[in-house]
Amino acid sequence: MTSILTNLFDGVAYGMLLFVLACGLAVTLGLMNFVNLAHGAFAMAGGYVCMLLVNQHGWPFFAALPLAFVSAAAIGIVLERTLYRHLYARSHLDQVLFTIGLTFMSVAAVDYIQGSSRVFINLPDALQGQFDVFGVGIGRYRLMIIVICGLLTVGLQMVLAKTRFGSRLRAAVDDPRAASGLGINVPQVFAFTFAFGCGLAGLGGALSAEILGLDPYFPLKFMIYFLIVVTVGGSSSITGPFLASLLLGIGDVAGKYYVPKMGPFVIYTMMIVILIWRPNGLFGRTAAR
Amino acid sequence: MFERRIFSRTAAAAAIASLAAVAPAKAEDTVKVGMILPMTGGQASTGKQIENAIKLYMQQNGDTVAGKKIEIIVKDDAAIPDKTKTAAQELIVNDKVNFIGGFGVTPAALAAAPLATQAKIPEVVMAAGTSIITERSPYIVRTSFTLAQSSTIIGDWAVKNGIKKVATLTSDYAPGNDALNFFKEHFTAGGGEVVEEVKTPLANPDFAPFLQRMKDAKPDAIFVFVPAGQGGNFMKQYAERGLDKAGIKVIGPGDVTDDDLLNNMGDAVLGTVTAHIYSAAHPSQMNKDFVAAYKKAFGSRPGFMAVSGYDGIHLIYAALKKTNGDTDGTKLVEAMKGQKWESPRGPISIDPETRDIVQNVYIRKVEKVDGELYNVEFQTFEAVKDLGKTKK
Repeated sequence: MTSILTNLFDGVAYGMLLFVLACGLAVTLGLMNFVNLAHGAFAMAGGYVCMLLVNQHGWPFFAALPLAFVSAAAIGIVLERTLYRHLYARSHLDQVLFTIGLTFMSVAAVDYIQGSSRVFINLPDALQGQFDVFGVGIGRYRLMIIVICGLLTVGLQMVLAKTRFGSRLRAAVDDPRAASGLGINVPQVFAFTFAFGCGLAGLGGALSAEILGLDPYFPLKFMIYFLIVVTVGGSSSITGPFLASLLLGIGDVAGKYYVPKMGPFVIYTMMIVILIWRPNGLFGRTAAR
Repeated sequence: MFERRIFSRTAAAAAIASLAAVAPAKAEDTVKVGMILPMTGGQASTGKQIENAIKLYMQQNGDTVAGKKIEIIVKDDAAIPDKTKTAAQELIVNDKVNFIGGFGVTPAALAAAPLATQAKIPEVVMAAGTSIITERSPYIVRTSFTLAQSSTIIGDWAVKNGIKKVATLTSDYAPGNDALNFFKEHFTAGGGEVVEEVKTPLANPDFAPFLQRMKDAKPDAIFVFVPAGQGGNFMKQYAERGLDKAGIKVIGPGDVTDDDLLNNMGDAVLGTVTAHIYSAAHPSQMNKDFVAAYKKAFGSRPGFMAVSGYDGIHLIYAALKKTNGDTDGTKLVEAMKGQKWESPRGPISIDPETRDIVQNVYIRKVEKVDGELYNVEFQTFEAVKDLGKTKK
């Protein structure tokens, strides 16, 4: 019984991490209709920034996390203004080719600067180890991930649903022409959203170094997981990817625990079944734009 | 127009003739060694270590042997067998190399094997560790190790040292399966029991569920083989899940505590017992000098891949010395057979029958020495042959 709860806990933590990593992709893909395969590169950038600050400049881990967000967002905004902007109107194939090229460049650049071996972020002692709650092993680090990611999700949902910016964004997505006719600066809204998505990826990259491992091949290795989250969750809101991440995280952990021989395939089997059942994802809108 | 064609033909003929006249003269005093290494990609640290070690050896021993100048040509294959094959073809046909060497992973070494046989040039394997490699061509000689060497020894050791129940966690690819099978064979033959067997996918993001399964199986120890880069992640999660406090030890072949990464793994790794062919803490004077020189030149600690490269180039030098500079491939392989020398890892030799390496296997425990983590050797199994060869 206790191991079921421990697995559930691990699965939730893993799912939350996937969500933070992938929700930026859901935003660009679903809201801006742009295929950004270089999303993992921003996550990697955030992870490396955090690692350098903590390991080489002695920053506390919790101070470095916001910096991981800010730096990934800054890189995102620069690239959006200089490169991505020109591709919004192009075909999806052009976008895929461009962003996959960008991914390979980021891999080579990080490999050149930091070397190819896996890096770790020095964690404070308070985050290491496990403690027991009624016999259920709770990892401190994973608990922190759940808290941070949970707060972020609630915050994001509030911003999208309740604020003026949220309504502008939804308007810009639903009908960019009408929105700009109403005086909404659509390119600016998109640029800000893109940067925010990149920032979240950067934060996710910093958080995942401990669990998923951080090396220059991060963007390629985990691209498939991000895409699974977005396809399964549907990309019209953030609730979809959130629930999809949780489902996949728990499914993956449980699959590996109970049927280790089949473990790696569980996540793919789930994706296939869900997509046969609901081709637009769990929460996809049937009529896409 | 007719005349011009004749002219161009003669010019071409003359050019070829002059090239032919120059080429053999050059070939007589240089010996070319084509190194095919993963310099990019996930295995890049292997390639870099071997390249560094070769540079170091040539600095220490000069670049001339038996009157020949040694020229090293490095090609990157990123550990992808197709690229290895292309690189080997280019090196053999265009560069006319006398040796090919390196090979970060087993499939790469196998991809080059038929080419070595056809071209009759020695293939010196300096990293890949599956037993069958040397059986694939009579021109293959190995200076690294085989997984059977370390896995059988740790199996024997564990069962004699109070470890009765073991859970295994190995990466699901050829070397992982080799490690698992040889360990299991020796461990169960001695009376041990494997209570849980998990194969993890090669690209494995998170060990958590597998480790939880290990923890619930309550074994005396976990036998682990994961590719070099994943060792750190494994050890961190092992500690995070409290398996160390539950009294479950980690044992395995030495890849999981590779010197290259060991120091970054944190204190969780303390007490891990592995069997392997080399530790940077090997107490011989020769190794102390080697480690000091390597650190000075490249700013990092040499791992077992570096030593394999160092010994690989030594073997090439030794073979050339023995043939007196004769570069006939068959003679060079003959000269390599039975070579014996003192390496930084200890005394080693090349088995004349299998062309595979014979070496000491050490049982080591991770300890803190001067504030750094090292594999400290405490027991030696001498002159271990590869036990994984196809039984005839």
